[in-house]
Amino acid sequence: MTVELGHFSLVLALVVALVQGTIPLLGAHRNDHDLMMVARTAAIAQMLLVGIAFAALVHAYMVSDFSVRSVVMNSNSLKPMLYKISGTWGNHEGSMLLWVLILAVFGGVLAWFGGSLPPALKARALAVQAWLAFGFYLFILLTSNPFERLVPPAVDGRGLNPLLQDPGLAFHPPFLYLGYVGFSMAFSFAIAALIEGRVDAAWARWVRPWTLVAWVFLTIGITLGAWWAYYELGWGGWWYWDPVENASFMPWLAGTALLHSAIVVEKRDALKGWTVFLAIVTFGLSLLGTFLVRSGVLTSVHAFAVDPARGVFILALLLIIIGGSFALFAWRGPSLKGGGLFQPISREGGLLLNNLLLSVAAAAVLVGTLYPLVYQAITDGKISVGPPFFNAVFVPLMAPLLVAMAVGPLLPWKRGDLSPALRRLWVAAVAVLGVTAVVWSQVTDMSLFGFLGMALAAWLLVGTLVELAGRIRLFRAPITDSLRRLARLPRSALGMTLAHAGLAIAIAGMAGAGAWKIERIQVMAPGDTVTVAGFTYTFEGAQPTRGPNYIATRGTFTVTRNGKPVATLEAEKRRYPVEKRETTEAAIHPTFWGDLYVVIGDQKNTDGAHVTRIYFNPMIGWLWAGVAVMVIGGAVSLSDRRHRVGAPSRRRADVFGGATARS
Amino acid sequence: MSKRVLYLIPLAVFLAMAAYFWRGLGTNPQTIPSVLIDTPVPAFSLPPIDGRDVGLSSDDLKGQVSLVNIFGSWCVACRIEHPFLMELRASDTVPIHGIDWREKNRQAGPSWLARHGDPYTLTGDDPDSKAAIAFGVTGAPETFIVDANGVIRYKQIGPITADIWKNQLWPIVQKLRGE
Repeated sequence: MTVELGHFSLVLALVVALVQGTIPLLGAHRNDHDLMMVARTAAIAQMLLVGIAFAALVHAYMVSDFSVRSVVMNSNSLKPMLYKISGTWGNHEGSMLLWVLILAVFGGVLAWFGGSLPPALKARALAVQAWLAFGFYLFILLTSNPFERLVPPAVDGRGLNPLLQDPGLAFHPPFLYLGYVGFSMAFSFAIAALIEGRVDAAWARWVRPWTLVAWVFLTIGITLGAWWAYYELGWGGWWYWDPVENASFMPWLAGTALLHSAIVVEKRDALKGWTVFLAIVTFGLSLLGTFLVRSGVLTSVHAFAVDPARGVFILALLLIIIGGSFALFAWRGPSLKGGGLFQPISREGGLLLNNLLLSVAAAAVLVGTLYPLVYQAITDGKISVGPPFFNAVFVPLMAPLLVAMAVGPLLPWKRGDLSPALRRLWVAAVAVLGVTAVVWSQVTDMSLFGFLGMALAAWLLVGTLVELAGRIRLFRAPITDSLRRLARLPRSALGMTLAHAGLAIAIAGMAGAGAWKIERIQVMAPGDTVTVAGFTYTFEGAQPTRGPNYIATRGTFTVTRNGKPVATLEAEKRRYPVEKRETTEAAIHPTFWGDLYVVIGDQKNTDGAHVTRIYFNPMIGWLWAGVAVMVIGGAVSLSDRRHRVGAPSRRRADVFGGATARS
Repeated sequence: MSKRVLYLIPLAVFLAMAAYFWRGLGTNPQTIPSVLIDTPVPAFSLPPIDGRDVGLSSDDLKGQVSLVNIFGSWCVACRIEHPFLMELRASDTVPIHGIDWREKNRQAGPSWLARHGDPYTLTGDDPDSKAAIAFGVTGAPETFIVDANGVIRYKQIGPITADIWKNQLWPIVQKLRGE
């Protein structure tokens, strides 16, 4: 019954989306306030209806309703409750429902809190959202219905891929989707602005926080995926440049560019057409990420033959959304009036350079991902593009970006001069030399990539702190004065400092782990020892053990350094009988300078000897910590009062109210 | 004027890409490379299809040169390929193992084999694409030549015909047997 209720709610949501997509547009055109207000009601109704539909499906998974096909295919009564719930979106149908749920929630939130928006812009943006939702409701209902019943019901479910039974991966897709769908807001605003023919500072002020929200979620989502790959796949690596990862990375690059170009629109009234273009591209890449890659179309043309209805539907939808937006952009874009002019050496110039490099990087990833397909379409030849291509393209693009990132924030708006900025960065240059010298003395393996990464990380981190120090007049004013300035710093400025510093820390982690990873593979009998990166590992033997829905071999290792105990590590190799699959659970002991990482493999002979792989992953923790700082930076910037509801009016009140409050 | 052209570029690039994709759909998918060529068969273990006792696992593929054929009762091209696989089975040239892929119902595969004949030495049931994903299968039918050490040596996309067998697959099987 609840399942039918969910299905029915989804059909109702489709109808509501149709209303929301048409009447408010008419209202905005005629300047009829009542018609425009339909958007608000409809968006909230959609949010509730899709919420009911999603809750119904989650309920079916929680109670293991094996009369529902999707539950049978992806769940099992033995699974822990957390993974029963996460199983809801661990498959195509359920993940599509999650996608439209997030879309509806974003629409609902905009409708609810968007009170201070110009009514016509709001009505149009919500109408565009409704059209997106309409397309995807139709897709779900016609080709991927999660509420399909199974007659007769099954006795038990067929489980969920055990690799997916993991907290990292249970929450990886929802965060990615929050990011992907979050960019739909920027997209809807961009289309609404094109229909209206106007992009101004107020528009940018609305687009930026939504983009920032999406960016924060996407950053978390991508990192959860990388973190999961790191500890679960048992290779000690965290990024493989595979199409699925690239698909989430492209919207991240474009979204990062959008985040920065929107600043220029807001502050300087320039780069309007470009920002609108980026908003369309970012969401287009998000769609590509969700649909083309997930459906397998991108990785294999053959997926169409397997499920032609879905494939063709998705392709048609993408063609209409992206092609339609670009057509609208070509038609209406030229009428967007550019405002402020600026010199190449200026804050705007720096942001533009950032945009160019990020866009080229996104394009390079797109080409690298699509190239095998395109190449084959042209020449019938075979080619495969792997990490060497991406590393060769990426490093030359990211290096200048990171160099410029330290300089850009030091430049004034409109017109700047490089030399004073560079003079202020002498500390950063000293840091680069210092870090290079320290690394030189510590490593035996001379990796250019590693040195470059460490040097850039030091440059960016210190450069960012120099900018902060300048703002709060550190060492130039009494320390109490500096601290007071720090406390009063606009949250958006603080957010930038944190995000840039976080990236620097993450780059150090990437460089260290990428260049100086140590790997030892050997057969160890109980009692054997092996020394990796100064740590001595003793294999204490392996015992069979069992979990709720798996059986495992657990190997125990004690680690010492110079005779002093460091850690006891327990690595598992699990076997899930229902799914007939094996997974490795690496044992990881994080330290400040790197992770000790142990994987246990097959038993070699009867005396208990096992294949073991032992890694030392230097600096890897810095990567996770750096991303966490970036995300905190994004959140801090979001809390800037200029982004809060009704900010302009409240700020005016502050100017008058502030003095009295202090006295 | 030039500004207008500038705003047209995204649309033009996108349409060109879409056209390529569309063309890509029409081209012969046999040219898709497989990264798995010359790598050991990924570890898998499939349950038997309904009504049988023995499934198919990666360990079954070691010891002699064999073919692994991905099929499904829903797959039209497999139906076309089927008579030739029956001929191969009758001539007893090389063992063919079947992976019954993406059946929506447990009985569909077995009854398909009952109706048209069973060319397979061992058959595994793979409704959720576990082995298929490990093999990097992009569609059905597909056939892998696996050597005696369990290493994938060749991937045939699409139906095997008498012609393809004689000119492409059989020479490879012979060569691998000589190794």
